[in-house]
Amino acid sequence: MNKSRWLPLAVFAALAVLLAAGVWLSRNPDREALPSPLIGKPAPAFSLPVLHEAGRLVSSEQLRGSPYLLNVWGSWCPACRDEHPVLTRFAETKRVRVIGFNWKDEHPDALRWLEQYGNPYWLVLTDYEGKVAIDWGIYGAPETFLVDARGVVRWKHVGPMSEATIRDELLPVLAEVEKTR
Amino acid sequence: MLAFALTLQAQPANDPTPLRFNDRSEEVRFHDLVAELRCVMCQNQSLADSNAQIAHDLRREVLQLMRQGKSDREIKDFLVARYGEFVLYRPQVESKTWLLWFGPLLVLLAGGAVVAGVVRSRARAARAQGNAHTDSGNADDNEEW
Repeated sequence: MNKSRWLPLAVFAALAVLLAAGVWLSRNPDREALPSPLIGKPAPAFSLPVLHEAGRLVSSEQLRGSPYLLNVWGSWCPACRDEHPVLTRFAETKRVRVIGFNWKDEHPDALRWLEQYGNPYWLVLTDYEGKVAIDWGIYGAPETFLVDARGVVRWKHVGPMSEATIRDELLPVLAEVEKTR
Repeated sequence: MLAFALTLQAQPANDPTPLRFNDRSEEVRFHDLVAELRCVMCQNQSLADSNAQIAHDLRREVLQLMRQGKSDREIKDFLVARYGEFVLYRPQVESKTWLLWFGPLLVLLAGGAVVAGVVRSRARAARAQGNAHTDSGNADDNEEW
């Protein structure tokens, strides 16, 4: 009899713990960023036109040999505008090739955007149809991937990168990537 | 959600070109399939309901894969390989998801066990009390029950 008197309290406590765990697990504001299943796997093969040179295609094969940072952007993307100075400062260190992935944009808009804000990219590839973007699991912009010299995806960031993102997340992985060249 | 969409990530403008189906059965299969897939951008909508650009693109891709003769399983695997398990509204049964699949059943069983325990202990108490009555020789027969 005594034991069953405590049962409702026990059930209530268990529920409270469960709900508290839910709140605790959702404290991270980045929780809506999807983890990429591509990490540790070879980057999807592609052959994409270059923004600044009509008719020139660059393939994933050609980019092998040293690591690169692939940054997804579009002139329609306000957050890319916010990320731009951060990315520019990082690109200026010339630590790694920073490649632009111009996603579902209009050719003149993309060119105008880079002219207006400055072009931090070593190379800009274009995906107007968004076919290659699906292979990379891209679902918004900006998104940034780090690919190592052997063409394996090592890191992904969803949303604009901050100085802290670069310092705390990208640089340690990059140091690791450079060691295993 | 909206704040996330606006501040962290953006989507290109919509293209309203509607998909064209070859026949009714293709259309039915397509709608069943996209209702089972989650929009990667909006997360609380299926691919069928979402108006995000990426949902447009993925619907187009799904239709193309169907026309290439891919099975529903293959199409789902294609998306999982790119966007992760997240795109499935019904996740696969595996070590990471067994709690999701069997959790409700476990809770139901636990509840049933508790109810059974309570019923049994009450019955036992009642029986014990009944025995007490007979032992004392029907002295409390006029007790209200």
